Amino acid sequence: MQPFIAAARSFASERPLGAIGAVIVILMAVAALLARTLSPYDPLQTDYGAMFQSPGTSHWFGTDSFGRDVLSRLLYGSRTALWIGFSSSILGTSIGAVIGVYCAYFGGRVDLLLQRLMDILLSFPLIVLALVVVAVMGSGVWNVIFAIAVPMIPRAALVVRSSALALRQMLFVESALTLGASHARIIFRHMLPNVMAPYLIMLTAFLGQAILLEASLSFLGLGVAEPVPAWGLMLRGAAVEFAERAPWMALFPGLAISLAVFAFNVLGDSLRDALDPKLRLP
Amino acid sequence: MIPTLLGVAALVFFLLRIAPGDIVELKYAGSGTFAPKEALDRERAQLGLDKPLAQQFVVWIAGIVRFDFGNSMWTGRPIIEEIKVRLELSLQLAVMATLVAIILAIPLGTLAAVKQDTWVDYFVRIFSIGGLAMPSFWLGIVIILGFLIFFKWMPPLTFTSFWSDPRANLAQLIWPALAVGYRYSAMATRMTRSAVLEVLREDYVRTARAKGLWESTVIVRHALRNALLPIVTVIGLEFAFLIGGLVVTEQVFNLNGIGMLFVQSITNRDYTMTQALVLLVSFAFIFMNFLIDLLYAWLDPRIRYQ
Repeated sequence: MQPFIAAARSFASERPLGAIGAVIVILMAVAALLARTLSPYDPLQTDYGAMFQSPGTSHWFGTDSFGRDVLSRLLYGSRTALWIGFSSSILGTSIGAVIGVYCAYFGGRVDLLLQRLMDILLSFPLIVLALVVVAVMGSGVWNVIFAIAVPMIPRAALVVRSSALALRQMLFVESALTLGASHARIIFRHMLPNVMAPYLIMLTAFLGQAILLEASLSFLGLGVAEPVPAWGLMLRGAAVEFAERAPWMALFPGLAISLAVFAFNVLGDSLRDALDPKLRLP
Repeated sequence: MIPTLLGVAALVFFLLRIAPGDIVELKYAGSGTFAPKEALDRERAQLGLDKPLAQQFVVWIAGIVRFDFGNSMWTGRPIIEEIKVRLELSLQLAVMATLVAIILAIPLGTLAAVKQDTWVDYFVRIFSIGGLAMPSFWLGIVIILGFLIFFKWMPPLTFTSFWSDPRANLAQLIWPALAVGYRYSAMATRMTRSAVLEVLREDYVRTARAKGLWESTVIVRHALRNALLPIVTVIGLEFAFLIGGLVVTEQVFNLNGIGMLFVQSITNRDYTMTQALVLLVSFAFIFMNFLIDLLYAWLDPRIRYQ
């Protein structure tokens, strides 16, 4: 524990912005884990006697068009955001990393073919590819996770491949081969652990984007479905319709999204500067 | 460029067809009446959905070569017509958002670099980090909200062409352009700052200063001119953000553009429309990168393409 604390302290003093990001991320995680105890109300409980209540002592952030408590929905919404953000980023980056290392290890025709496929995937803008996947698989939490992961695969593969290409020439890979290790063993036990730095950098860089993408998809009505509390969903429909009457409905969820994306972005940037300043992200 | 586009076309075409449930079922499910299987099959035959996949694909590609994207499966009208009526709006919005981004990014980034580590620099950096974090659709909502609360005014909802009434047109489109452009500018601002910082340390900048040039001439003619290459690269790379921004922002401002059409086509399972739009967007994206390559050669005469 001691070296970990020392490392955290030096990271915080050298990169204050990154430390702020880390604190916000930790607070969000706490909010998500303790949503049940922290929330003053049930996020799904409609109360038609308390529609459009402005922020006050009983409802800190007001209520929405169904009389649901906005603060409770925000707290539960951080669960949705973090769950989808983390699982899609981990899924996308991991698949990308395996493809990247695989390409670098085998090279030749397999590499060329997979690279072409990645090029094709890269010529879709992020959200367009995600929307196509949603079109194929439909909406819902798991499909959204997959839809956000797919556009990240080629980006992660590209970066990991270039790091792994250098590893391929390393002596320990050579010696593992001579010792008769299988290809799978070399890829998973020898090469993948050595691309951990770019992997982690890509992962944190994607987290912010994943949360933003989830919010956009939900906002378009193609992501998480009602009544699940999700930030993007809270901005859809009634929030715009009744914007004049109940501006808090539109303000707070957007602030939550911005804060989360900001935190992950600055954390990712500082992590990149600390681990590998020369790495370029696509 | 063409092999990539062909790959994009094939990928989208086959992906959309492995999806369970097709448009014909969806149409009848929406009407609420029970439909006999024969009626469904007849409709499928009419849309060409009963043919083998490979044949459908070849027919589709052969059409595209002749600029015939087929008919929308939802409205039945030719896709090229549907796109044509919406293209002007989206194209104008895209150009305006890019202009907003450039007008924000280059002066702010240069200013931050020149005033490195002062409050101006910090302000610009916070401004650009904010742009990256704020979803453009939310920014759009906030803009509308601000107008409603403080001015009791709302951007007009019906689209007027720039050529018939430029003022009404701009009054409507400048706000979504700002919302998208701000986000688009964030990355470019950061790149401008770091590129200018790098160039400012070069010997030729010192020489320019030593021979007594105005500071503004040094910055604009010597520093910025040489820093443009990475800035242009970022603006090209971030073009994808622009497209993404348009897709969601058109929804907020209720603009009937390409982005709106794209979301509708996905909700309606309008295969032919989705295919055509994805191809169009990817083409725009690839073409933009091609233009950037050309721009390189113009900005940096040392770059020559064989």
